[in-house]
Amino acid sequence: MSCTCQSPFDLDQAGAGYGQALGRTTRRVILCAGTGCLSAGALKVRDALVRQIADAGLPIVVELKAEDDKRGINVGLSGCQGFCQQGPLVTVLPDNILYCKVTVEDVPEIVASTLVGGKPVERLLYRDGGGKTCRGQAEIPFYVQQQRIVLAQCGVVDPESLDAFCHVGGYRQARRAWREMADKQICDLIAASGLRGRGGGGFPTGRKWEACRIQKPGRKFIICNADEGDPGAFMNRSVMEGNPHSVLEGMMIAAAAIGASEGWVYLRAEYPLAVKRVRQAVIDAGAAGLLGNDVFGTGRPFRIQVMEGAGAFVCGEETALIASIEGHRGMPKPKPPFPAEKGLWNCPTVINNVETLAMVPLILDMGVEAFRSRGTKGSPGTKTFALTGHVANTGLIEVPFGSTLRQIVFDIGGGVVMDGKVCGEEAFKAVQIGGPSGGCLTREHLDLPLDYDSLRGVGAMVGSGGMVVMHTKTCMVDIARFFMTFTKAESCGKCVPCREGTRQMLAMLDEVVEGRADEGTLARLAEVAQTVQIASLCGLGKTAPSPVLSTMRLFKDEYLAHVVAKSCPTRTCKALSPPTIDAAFCKGCGMCIKACPVGAITGEKKKAHTIDYNKCIKCGVCITTCKLKAVA
Amino acid sequence: MTTACAPALSAATPRSQFARVTEILDRHNRDPARLVPILQEVQEVYRYLPQEVMACVATALDLPPSKVFGVATFYAHFALAPKGKYVIKLCDGTACHVKDSIPILDALRKRLALSDAKKTTDDLLFTVETVSCLGACGLAPVVVINEDVHGQMTPPAAVALVEAIVAQEAKS
Repeated sequence: MSCTCQSPFDLDQAGAGYGQALGRTTRRVILCAGTGCLSAGALKVRDALVRQIADAGLPIVVELKAEDDKRGINVGLSGCQGFCQQGPLVTVLPDNILYCKVTVEDVPEIVASTLVGGKPVERLLYRDGGGKTCRGQAEIPFYVQQQRIVLAQCGVVDPESLDAFCHVGGYRQARRAWREMADKQICDLIAASGLRGRGGGGFPTGRKWEACRIQKPGRKFIICNADEGDPGAFMNRSVMEGNPHSVLEGMMIAAAAIGASEGWVYLRAEYPLAVKRVRQAVIDAGAAGLLGNDVFGTGRPFRIQVMEGAGAFVCGEETALIASIEGHRGMPKPKPPFPAEKGLWNCPTVINNVETLAMVPLILDMGVEAFRSRGTKGSPGTKTFALTGHVANTGLIEVPFGSTLRQIVFDIGGGVVMDGKVCGEEAFKAVQIGGPSGGCLTREHLDLPLDYDSLRGVGAMVGSGGMVVMHTKTCMVDIARFFMTFTKAESCGKCVPCREGTRQMLAMLDEVVEGRADEGTLARLAEVAQTVQIASLCGLGKTAPSPVLSTMRLFKDEYLAHVVAKSCPTRTCKALSPPTIDAAFCKGCGMCIKACPVGAITGEKKKAHTIDYNKCIKCGVCITTCKLKAVA
Repeated sequence: MTTACAPALSAATPRSQFARVTEILDRHNRDPARLVPILQEVQEVYRYLPQEVMACVATALDLPPSKVFGVATFYAHFALAPKGKYVIKLCDGTACHVKDSIPILDALRKRLALSDAKKTTDDLLFTVETVSCLGACGLAPVVVINEDVHGQMTPPAAVALVEAIVAQEAKS
């Protein structure tokens, strides 16, 4: 850490010092160092940039420190900038240029044109759907149509510098909460803001805090739930990688509100970079005296510990997470008692999601009115979503509640991608939202304003915010089966409805995709799904049937095609998609005849072959053997 | 504690590594509540959790071995059998799944003669497993080999990564 001020650490001084150093830079080159860009080679590009700038004889500032009076170009790293598909991303300030898919080979040109000549490298700029080049974030449709509040600093601030965070106003609201605000005042403010849990359930955060605050004083805990296990979601990862201190500040405010002196961050081990950055942030904040025995001179202590999860989805459930921290198997307990009364080691505990906590300092800063001016009445504020799947612009987005699916998928996402081409609404089939606990939204929901309550009304949920776009060639039965495979494997086994129910539902879905099912199977599947929904102990089990029930309701015809006509309309399920030979392409070479293990293909040389479906076992060998792509 | 564990050790768990286990236990104050992080660190030493080491951890923490075994089998990260030098994790999260991650898995398994039941090659060079989401959905489909993330994979590209490692191993 580069704590540049004298002891004791002074937030304003550290921020101002960083600001001075920043003011001395002639240009800033910021490389996105989120997981996506790192894997695409961002660090190699950074090293090449530093070398090339030095070779060009330009002064360079590697670390921004108040006491250095060096002037020059600063090459720095940021957290995830959200536009993952276009990585590695390189931003040049103050020119406001954003370069996409930058490689080491592009570096000399960037240095010569932009850093020396002050001109953008046209070919590295983003081109929108119409082929127009966009200079920076202010011109790229993907960014323009978002409202980045929680993500505002992700991609700008250096995630590994406490001073940088102080420079953008960091820890000021924590200081205010600890020094100037009464615990009840903080709870009331958050309650008035209408902030709801961003982890999925949408429980009002202020009420959760108040329930814990009114417990008698003593040992209390604040836990940050960073066990983002939903497949297809990475919002929390990006916040922790991009602005880890904001999460810690949120925890400090929560601690002041409920009277906690100990905090835990329960973090998914699959996110090594987030683990590293959060651990470093805790160490830095501790070294600066922001965490410790005497927080902001109040004489009250607050400490944070980081624990890595060990790969269990159910640990995202509050009581299971607590069991895991206590050193047990991560199995949930019946509620009540709620964690607010009896949580970690039987002490009152509040558990909040990463995004919820990162939002808290921003609400204190902007005020209740400003926060409520975005979003809908019942769901104020903004929400981050991970936009993935068959969509042109995959990445991390933030929009106000009340935005429609059409805005998200077509305006921000740039449309549906099918067969390598960007297509219009006709290629859009569904969006799966809320992961294994959620449901699907279809074309008829494109104009539905999305918030906690409207989604619940149509059998889906906000969940943590994973949004997977699917084109018309996606089999919805296969998607339902995919999620059931996941929940069956992740069911902890404590309660019978979930443990046995998920197993039976998966077995029935297997029958459907393998052509062994009839309409009775579908009726049984629905019945078991409803039972599991009602009778399971925890949220995992209660919501495990959602993907099945949602797809059965919205895509009934597709299920019927699987069980009655025994065919998979999208030809995804192998057993229900017998191969066909296109006579127009078949040259009669005989390759497939030789390859077929059951001798189902016949035909004369140089004449189109045919398949005997009584013999065909749908193994697909003929499809892979045919060099002319005549078999599909 | 050391003496109590010593007789249980076999050739598979050399004494030099065992010193690191006691160091890990001591660093966590032999606190049973720290069982999960202790097992995580022990696994880093051995690349899996040998049975006799789990028994030793149980003794040191004053827990029944069944409890340690229960925790070790509950969490997906703990391995009870040795893994390969190169652990290939194929992401099968929703985003990767809809972008055809399964054909990549099939291709990798075919190349290395592995299956759903057999996840590690006999020469202990490769382990192929699926994970439910690596949070790199923007790059789907994703393959991670040890710490290196490879995005927007195809079956031939994934097999090429394996071939490169095989060639490199043959040289050294």
